[in-house]
Amino acid sequence: MALAKLKQDATLARLAGITLPDGATWATAARSDALARLSAMGLPTRRDEYWRYTDPASLIVADAPPAALFDNGEAPLFAGVDRIALVFVDGVFDAAQSDDLAGAGIEIHRLADVAQRDIHWAKDLYGTLESRGQHPVERPLAALNTAVASDGIVIRATGPVQKPVHLVYLHQSETSDVTLHNLVRIEAGASLTLLETGPGAARLSTCLEVDIADGGQFHHIRAQGSDHERRAVTHCFAQLGAESVFKSFTLTFNGVLTRNECVIDMRGDDAVAHVAGACVGDGGDFHHDDTVFVTHDALRGESRQVFKKVLRNGAVGVFQGKILVKQGAQKTDGYQISQSLLLDEDSQFLAKPELEIYADDVACSHGSTTGAIDETALFYLRSRGVPMEAARNLLTLSFLAEALAEIEDQALAAELQTRLEGWLARRA
Amino acid sequence: MLEINNLHAELESDAEVTILKGLTLSIKPGEVHAIMGPNGSGKSTLSYVLSGKDGYSVTAGSAMLEGVDLLEMEPEERAAAGLFLAFQYPVEIPGVGNMTFLRTAVNAQRKARGEEELSAGDFLKEVRAKAKDLQIDADMLKRPVNVGFSGGEKKRNEILQMAMLEPKMCILDETDSGLDVDAMKLVADGVNALRSENRSFLVITHYQRLLDHIKPDFVHILADGKIIKSGGPELALQVENNGYADLLAGAA
Repeated sequence: MALAKLKQDATLARLAGITLPDGATWATAARSDALARLSAMGLPTRRDEYWRYTDPASLIVADAPPAALFDNGEAPLFAGVDRIALVFVDGVFDAAQSDDLAGAGIEIHRLADVAQRDIHWAKDLYGTLESRGQHPVERPLAALNTAVASDGIVIRATGPVQKPVHLVYLHQSETSDVTLHNLVRIEAGASLTLLETGPGAARLSTCLEVDIADGGQFHHIRAQGSDHERRAVTHCFAQLGAESVFKSFTLTFNGVLTRNECVIDMRGDDAVAHVAGACVGDGGDFHHDDTVFVTHDALRGESRQVFKKVLRNGAVGVFQGKILVKQGAQKTDGYQISQSLLLDEDSQFLAKPELEIYADDVACSHGSTTGAIDETALFYLRSRGVPMEAARNLLTLSFLAEALAEIEDQALAAELQTRLEGWLARRA
Repeated sequence: MLEINNLHAELESDAEVTILKGLTLSIKPGEVHAIMGPNGSGKSTLSYVLSGKDGYSVTAGSAMLEGVDLLEMEPEERAAAGLFLAFQYPVEIPGVGNMTFLRTAVNAQRKARGEEELSAGDFLKEVRAKAKDLQIDADMLKRPVNVGFSGGEKKRNEILQMAMLEPKMCILDETDSGLDVDAMKLVADGVNALRSENRSFLVITHYQRLLDHIKPDFVHILADGKIIKSGGPELALQVENNGYADLLAGAA
C-alpha cells in the first residue's frame, strides 16, 4: 500500500504541471479520460515488472534530459522514394518542408486540426486502441501520450495507396521534448505503407494507433536515427480485421534509451501480423528495449516476431515478447525469435519470451539466443582473404539479415542495409 | 613453392598436447602432394596451422610460401599471398549471398596485392563461366553461402572459390569426405582443371580413392605429427591394400 501511495503521489506531482491541449469536446474528453487512466495506474517505476529491465525515470522526469545534435553526414533516408513527406521539426509540423496533405486513395490531416473538428473515424479511434491495450498489461506512458499529444498525423486509406507516407522527425534543438500521436485507419481492402525516420527530439514519445479493416494491408518501416543521446518511447497499437495484414519493421541505431512497445490485437480470422526489429548499439549508455504483445483472438491467425540486436562496448538490449492465444483462437500460428550478438563481454542482453495459450489446436514456438561472433565463420572468411574487420561486419550483417528480410519492399530494405553498412564502417 | 621445415605445433589451450612434432615437407611449383595418415595423426592441424586458424601455437620450425614466412601473417594475408584452404566442413553463412561473398573475397585479395578491383560486370562474367564448369547453377550463386547446400554442393562451392581466387598453393582438407562417387569425380575434375605449372596442391585425405581422380606426384604418410614415409602414388595403393599398421610398425 505504502508503495502504491508513493507511486500515486509521484504521479500526481508530475501531472500537476500538465495542461491538456485545446480541442473539440470529443478530444478534450479523450484526453481527460487518458489522464484519468494514467492517474489510476500511476507512472511506471523500475519496481514494476514490465519495467524491470529498463529504467523509465528519464522518460518521465518533467524536464527532458538534453541531447546534443548529431550529424553523421549521411543523406536523409528515403529521400529518393516517391512519397508523401510530412516533416516535424522538434515536434512542430513544418508545412514548408512537407508535401501537400493529399494523395490518391488517402485522406491526411494533422491531429491539431482534427482535434478541433468532428471527423467520426478519427474521433472513434483516438485513444481507443491505446485504452484497450492497457489490459492485461498497463502502459502508462501511452496514456500520457494520448493525454498530452497536441499534434501528429491522421491518415485514412480508402484504397490501395501507391505512395508511402513518410513521417520525418527532425531534431534541431538540444532540449526538445516532443509528444506526437498518429492515427491510421485502413478501410476494407485498402493498403498503405508508412515510413517513419529520425530521432525527432531530445526526448520523443510517439503513439501510433492502427485500425485495419477486413482485407486491409499496413506496412510500417521505421528507422530510429543515429543521434547518440536522444531518448524515445514509442507505442504502436494495432487492431486487425479478417484477412488483414500488418507488418512493422524498426531499425535502431544508437540513442541512450529506446523503448518500443508494439501491441497487436488479432480480432479477425486469417489475419497476418509480423513485427520485426534490428538494432545496433555501441557504448555503455546505449539501452534498447523491444516490448511486444500479440493477442490472437480469432481463427487461423499468423503472427511473427523477429528481433535481432547487435551490442558492443557495454550496450544493453532488452526483449519482452508475448504471444497470447485466447480460447477459441484455433489454428493460430505464432512464432517469436529474439537474438543478440554480443561483440564483447561487457554487453548485455535480457530477454523475457512468453507464451500463454488457451486454445488446444495451435502451433506456437519461440526462441531466444545470445552469442558472440562465430569464430569458425570468421576464420572461414579470413581464409578467403577478407580482412578481420570486414569479416566481422559481414557476419554482423548476416546476423541481422533475418530481421531485415521481414521488409517486403526490396528497395527500402536495401536502403536500410546500406545505412547499417555505413554504421559498421564508421564504428570500425 | 611451399617449404615446411621441422614444424612443431601444440594446442594453445593445452600445451601438453603437441600435434605436429617436426614436420618437414617441400613442394615445388606445379607439384601435387598427397598427405595420408590415420585419424589423429595431425593432418587437419597441418592445414589449420598453415592457414592461420586460432587455437594452435607453433613452438618450432618454419613454413615459407615462395620465401615469405607464412606463420607471421594473418589468415587474410596468407590468402592474399596465394594460399588457399578448401575446408573439410565448409561453413554456412546465412544472410550473405554466395556471390557477394565471392566478390568481397576476390576484391579484398586484389586490393591487398595492390591490384585494381574487378568490376561488377567482369566479375559476373568470370564467375558464371567457372560456375558452369562445376555445374553450379545461378540459384546456388544467389543463395546464402553454403546454406542448405548438399555435401557435394558445398565442396563444389569450395572449388569455385579456389577457381575465382586463383591461389598458388592449394590445400585440400579431406575434400572427399561426404562425397559420393559422382560428386567426387566432379570435384576432382574441377581441381584438375586448375592444375598448372605455377600452382601446387597439398591433398589431405584418408583414402586412396580421391587420388585415383587427382593424381599426385608424391605421397607422404603422416603419423604422430611427423612424416614417416614418402614415395610416389604407389604408396597410396600400399595403404589402401594393407592399412597403416605396417608403415607405423616400420617407423616405430
